[in-house]
Amino acid sequence: MSKNEKPNRVTRRRFLKNATALGGAAVLGFPMISRAQAKTIRVGMPTILSGRVAQLGTSSRNAVMLEIDKFNAAGGLGGRKIEMVVRDSKGQPQEAARVSRELVNSEGCEILFDAEASSGAFAVHEVARDLGVLCFHINSETSSLTADPKIRIPNAFRTARQGVHDSIVGGSYAAAEAKAKGLRKWMTCSPDYAYGRDTTAQFVEYLKMFYPQAEIVGEAWPKLFQPDYTEVITKILQAKPQALYSCLWGGDLTSYIDQGSIYALFAATQFFAVNMADYTALTVVKNLPVGIHSGNRYIKTFPRTPANAAWGDAYRAKYGEYPTNWAWESATTANFLISALKKTNSADGKKLAEALRGMKIDSPFGTDGTITMRAEDQTIIGYAIGWGTTISKEPYIPEVKAGDWKQILELELDWKKRNKYL
Amino acid sequence: MDPTALAECLKTTSCVVTQVTSGLIIGMLLFLVAAGLTLIFGVLKVVNFTHGSFYMLGAYLALSVYKISDSFTLAVVCAGAGVALFGLVFERLFMSRVYGSNVLMQLLVCYAFILMMDDAVKLIWGAEFKSMGMPTAFQKPPILLAGGVVPAFYLFLIAIALAIGAVLWLVITRTRLGKIVRAAAHNPVMTSALGINTGMIYAAVFAAGGMLAGLAGGLAAPVRSMAPGMGVSILIESFIVTVIGGMGSIGGALAGSLLIGLIRSFGSIGFPLFTEGIMFLFMAMVLVIKPSGLFGKDI
Repeated sequence: MSKNEKPNRVTRRRFLKNATALGGAAVLGFPMISRAQAKTIRVGMPTILSGRVAQLGTSSRNAVMLEIDKFNAAGGLGGRKIEMVVRDSKGQPQEAARVSRELVNSEGCEILFDAEASSGAFAVHEVARDLGVLCFHINSETSSLTADPKIRIPNAFRTARQGVHDSIVGGSYAAAEAKAKGLRKWMTCSPDYAYGRDTTAQFVEYLKMFYPQAEIVGEAWPKLFQPDYTEVITKILQAKPQALYSCLWGGDLTSYIDQGSIYALFAATQFFAVNMADYTALTVVKNLPVGIHSGNRYIKTFPRTPANAAWGDAYRAKYGEYPTNWAWESATTANFLISALKKTNSADGKKLAEALRGMKIDSPFGTDGTITMRAEDQTIIGYAIGWGTTISKEPYIPEVKAGDWKQILELELDWKKRNKYL
Repeated sequence: MDPTALAECLKTTSCVVTQVTSGLIIGMLLFLVAAGLTLIFGVLKVVNFTHGSFYMLGAYLALSVYKISDSFTLAVVCAGAGVALFGLVFERLFMSRVYGSNVLMQLLVCYAFILMMDDAVKLIWGAEFKSMGMPTAFQKPPILLAGGVVPAFYLFLIAIALAIGAVLWLVITRTRLGKIVRAAAHNPVMTSALGINTGMIYAAVFAAGGMLAGLAGGLAAPVRSMAPGMGVSILIESFIVTVIGGMGSIGGALAGSLLIGLIRSFGSIGFPLFTEGIMFLFMAMVLVIKPSGLFGKDI
């Protein structure tokens, strides 16, 4: 350095040299920096796109896309967009597990949206446990999935309604009906797998809690996707129950209603079908019996708010059909993820999980316009839940009696203590 | 298990009537599918694994025709005819090429078609489940028979299935065509040497088997929800029926179907959690005592 040269002075020559070096380094030396900033957030979604419940899986995918498209159109997370990678599990748990593993290991997905029924959700849950990937259980309502601490994992969140919540509200509603109509002899008919067993046991528990005179005179456990319910229906006819509870769903429920109707089953007994009030079932059954009692799954008139009606209409306008129970749950999942991404400004699974615990989001599906991800067991609360009776045309359930979340939470706590989950 | 409930049921006329008719209903629909399966096996000596898909195709065809025409009769006829035509083309173009091959090759061809037909149904009718609904003529209260409950539609189904079974039996045992079919099944080389086109006989039998599956699909459509892949469960039950009755025996298929129907019907009362287990147990017992099935001989 000459003595006339000023050591820290930025000369034009030095500026150009440094700028060229930096540019060269950016292009040649650090390509990963610019690529990472533009990298999409890949979300893997195993769901059921074929078979008897394909309509639900398809609605799950549609609802997620409805929300994700809005997020991406608004610029994503600082330019990073969400890319959904959707795969068909065909409703088979082993396939759901295989596909999930592949989505993470081969397709580079950082997050899993498990849009399976409970049978598949437990399989995906084990994959999430093994790989440590952030996982949202979108549709599984089996309570133990998040309630049982032995099953629960810190990286999995349930964004679906929960069986025990439905059972408390259903039990309370059914008990009130039973008291009013003197329905003492009850029977149950539910699918023979985790969700069916779990939910039915809980419903019966709360029915008896609210109406101790109720007596279960028989049970029927048809297989999941069973085509013919004749022997089940005639068994129910023999038992002559005054009321019948079922958590059959989708095509199984519509088949059951079609086959039961020709035996005049629903004229002889009060039918409480928790999964009836979903457009998939309501619109498919050609001769829908009047007066079936059902929990709300998704109907755009409950909660009776402009936001819910607008969401139902927007979905229908885009996809040409009504949303389903799986659809609102899927939209809720996407909104929780989007909120967590915005809050953390990151797609890191651990940071997102931390942000999700206790998070409250605005939602058209919430009782008070919000839904909360309860921190302690990583499951949602505050969603709209209620029961009513069907009519054969829109709005299908004109009056829904809303469940009381204060009561739900109190009884759920007792239920957890009894099951040694706490 | 609840053997007391079963004993109570057997003491009550109304319960026996309801459960017997329930068994007949389950059995008769199974018989239509299993009869086609066993007919094809009896003559062609191939196990048509696509038979469940034929049943599915029949149900969907019936749904489409019913939607257009509002006629259940036309829907069932078109289901039977449509699947018969499909079976004919399928046999001529594909199955006829693997008659001499080993079972693995036949299984491969059939399985490929099961997957293709499921996808085709998804493309044409959609992936969501569908329901035809009960035709207006059958939207009636069930009939009370000795205290038992029997839906009018199911009485119609039993009658139709019995009529189809009787026609099939008459054609095979009392007509010249039946004699030719039996001859082709017994000794195709000799039959061919007598100047009879056995290829055409095979194609006709395959089409007839397809027609039976299509008719079963069409007849069941008002009480079964339809979805791609719906043929798998009925295929499994049909196999149980054909194994119990004896592969290739139409009478065996009828007996097997009725036995399975009754096992399921009364089993659901006495052994509700083991009904399917009893079916397989019964099949195993039959195979141990009489490995060729109850009526196990060629038609």
